[in-house]
Amino acid sequence: MDPTSALDFLTPYEPSPTVWAVCALALALFATGYWRLLHRGTPHRPLGALAFLLGLGLMYGALQTHYDYYAQHLFLLHRLQHLVLHHLAPFLIAWAAPQAVFAAAIPRGLLPQLPGRRALGRLYRGVQQPAIAGVLFVGLIWLWLSPGLHIYAMLSIPLYNAMNWGMALDGLLFWWMILNMGDPRSAPASHYGARLLVLALIMIPQSLIGSSIALSQQDLYDVYALCGRVLPVDAAVDQQIGGLLTWIPAAMMSVVGALILVRRWLRQPTGMAAGPVLDAQGARL
Amino acid sequence: MRTRRPCPWGGLGLVIAGVLLGASIGCTQSAPPWSSTDIKGFMPDLAFTLTDGQGRALKAADFRGRTCLLYFGFTHCHGICPTTLRTLAAAVAELGPEADGVRVLFVSVDPQRDTPAVLARYEARFGPQVVGLTGAMPELKALARRYRVAFGYGAPDADGDYAVNHSNAIFAFDGSGRARLLMREESGVPALAADIRRLVAEEQD
Repeated sequence: MDPTSALDFLTPYEPSPTVWAVCALALALFATGYWRLLHRGTPHRPLGALAFLLGLGLMYGALQTHYDYYAQHLFLLHRLQHLVLHHLAPFLIAWAAPQAVFAAAIPRGLLPQLPGRRALGRLYRGVQQPAIAGVLFVGLIWLWLSPGLHIYAMLSIPLYNAMNWGMALDGLLFWWMILNMGDPRSAPASHYGARLLVLALIMIPQSLIGSSIALSQQDLYDVYALCGRVLPVDAAVDQQIGGLLTWIPAAMMSVVGALILVRRWLRQPTGMAAGPVLDAQGARL
Repeated sequence: MRTRRPCPWGGLGLVIAGVLLGASIGCTQSAPPWSSTDIKGFMPDLAFTLTDGQGRALKAADFRGRTCLLYFGFTHCHGICPTTLRTLAAAVAELGPEADGVRVLFVSVDPQRDTPAVLARYEARFGPQVVGLTGAMPELKALARRYRVAFGYGAPDADGDYAVNHSNAIFAFDGSGRARLLMREESGVPALAADIRRLVAEEQD
C-alpha cells in the first residue's frame, strides 16, 4: 500500500532495529570524533564530513523508508536501491576517509582488547586484496541477480535482509580498498596500478550482467509481476531500465573512482610507489 | 509454459546459494519437482484475522487441516481476479471428493466497496471452496507486507469507479498453515490440480 503522506514515506516499511543501531552508532562516533578533532585544532575536511553524512543518510534512506516498499515491488527501483547500497553510498563514505575521525572517537586501548581481533584482521586483509575484493564485488551482483535465487530473495525476509546487508558491507569494503590511502602498516594499501586494474576489470562483468538483463527477450524476474508492480510500468520496460541501471551507472562509478586515483597518483611525490602515508586527516583529493 | 523455465545463469548461483545458506532449492532438489515454485521455509506461516461474507471474524487457525490457496484481489476486477478464481475452482474441482480439503481464500484489498454482502454474492459465483475475506486497512496492509505483495488504488473516474492494483501470486499453504508453494494462474488447471492434490494427500498420510 502506498504511503499516505510525506511523513509516512519517511517511516520504515519493515522496521529494522539493527539498521537503526548501526546507523546511530556510526553517526554518534563520527560526531564525537569530528568534535574532538575540531577542538584539537586538526579538523577533518568539511567536504569529507558532508560526504560521510550523505553516504550514511543514503544507506539509511534506502533501507528504512517506504522507498524500500517501492524497491521490493519494481525491478528498476530495486536496482537503484542496490546502486545506492553497493556503489554510491559506500563510495561517498570511503571517499570521506573517516578513519581519523573514528580513531579520535574510540577510546585508545579499546580495539586491541576486542575478542577475535586477530582473526578479523586476517579476514579483513584477505578481502582487501584487490583481486579478491573485485571478485566479491561482481560475484555478489551476479549471485543475487541469478533468476533462480532472485525470486527467493524477494520473497523471504531473512534472505532479502542478507542480500541488502551483504551489498552494503561489500560496497564499503570494496570502495575502501580502492580509495583508502591510510597507514600502510594497518591496511594493505595496494599500488595505484592494481586498484586501477580492478576498477577497469569489474566494468566488464557488470556490463555483461546488466546488458544481458536489459537485452533479454524473456521475463527473467516474474516475481515482480506476481507480487504486483507499484507503478504502472510495463514488465519489459522495467527489466530493460533495471538492466541499464546495472550496466551503465555501475560502470560509471569505476570511471569516477579511476579519475580520483589518477589525480592522486599524479600529485604524489615521485619515488613513492607503494601508496603514500598521509597526515591524520587521511586522503585528500 | 512458464512453470519450469530454465535459468540462464541461475544454475551455478543456486549451487553457491545452496551451499552458503544450507538450503536446497529449485533445480538442486531431489524430490520430484512441483509445477509451482517451492517456497517451503522461505515464507511465514498463514496468519490473519479477517471478516468473511457472513460478517464473521475468521482466523488462519479456522482453516487448519485444510490446504489453503491465498489470493489478493477485488470484486470489481474485470480481468485477472475472475480468471484466476475460475482456474483455481476448476483445479480444485478436479480433486473430486477430496475438494473439501481445500479452501481458496480470496482476500479483497478493496474493503470500501467489498462489504461482506458483496463478497458473499461474489464467492458464490465460483463454488463452495472459495471464501471471500476482507478487513480493515491496517489488517490488509499487515497481511500484504507479510506475503510481500503490493496493492494500491487508481484515481476514481466520473462515476467514482477506480482500479485496484494488486498481486497475481497464489500462495499455497498446507494443513498446518505452512507456506508451501507460489502458484501462477498461467500454469493451467491440470498442473495446478496436480500440485494441490499432492498437498491435500500429505494431510491424509
